[in-house]
Amino acid sequence: MNDLQTYFAMDGYGGFIWPSYLATAVILVALTIASVLRLRRLRRDLAQFESERESAR
Amino acid sequence: MHRFANPARFQRIADPLLPWLALATVAAFALGLVWSLVASPADYIQSETVRIMYVHVPAAWMALATYATLAVASAIALVWRHPLADIAARAAAPLGAGFTLIALVTGSLWGKPMWGTWWVWDARLTSVLILFFLYLGHIALSHAFDDPQRGARAASVLAIVGAVNLPIVKFSVDWWNTLHQPASVFRMDGPTIDPAMLGPLFAMAAAYLLFFVTLLLVRMKAELLAARLRARQIDRAMR
Repeated sequence: MNDLQTYFAMDGYGGFIWPSYLATAVILVALTIASVLRLRRLRRDLAQFESERESAR
Repeated sequence: MHRFANPARFQRIADPLLPWLALATVAAFALGLVWSLVASPADYIQSETVRIMYVHVPAAWMALATYATLAVASAIALVWRHPLADIAARAAAPLGAGFTLIALVTGSLWGKPMWGTWWVWDARLTSVLILFFLYLGHIALSHAFDDPQRGARAASVLAIVGAVNLPIVKFSVDWWNTLHQPASVFRMDGPTIDPAMLGPLFAMAAAYLLFFVTLLLVRMKAELLAARLRARQIDRAMR
């Protein structure tokens, strides 16, 4: 337990190191989610557009 | 280059690659994180804060590399009207903005304990902030026109003109007196970093690079679909 506390304290610099990794993770994950959601939405919109065109015929 | 110009061929090459690239990205980040946070030593001057380097430095490298990609794609789009070049540029810009933001935020978190300040207007920090604004300008400009072709052209010009900032960022630490330290990996006389720290640094750099390639392909696929949807809508409106 104490070992873990010492580890997370990072020699007193934990307050700078962990937020660095957290900020990096948040930005990379946000880019991933935004990119994948946009691809999915466009796939759906295109499929919907095509099916509407089919039924209009 | 022109062998990849055809969007259908692009899809045929990108689709089977994507799951493997995604897997490799996750694996590289897992390795890089364990190496950076557990399996590497503290620095004798910087103590544990050296661990911030493993997220900060590769992000800064990727911020520059992504901008170089953006500028080259823009030049190809303007000169040869390559059908995928505009799409690659538009797909790359938000990724570059993300890398630059990571470099700025983690740099600030590293600067406070080591320099005693979150921010200083030295040449390196200022030129990287300008790089961030160039990315934002590119994103805004490419969406600023109803006709996406005109937006892409305006954004391409910005990307090419803004490329003068790249050598300024890289050599700012040599040309001016900066609080930011000079290059310690890509030097004429070889790296000045201990090999125990080069391992995690390059592992994280590989992870960032794989992340960039994976998301670039995902975003290019989305841009191609958006273009197809737009063409269909125009087609229908004309009838």
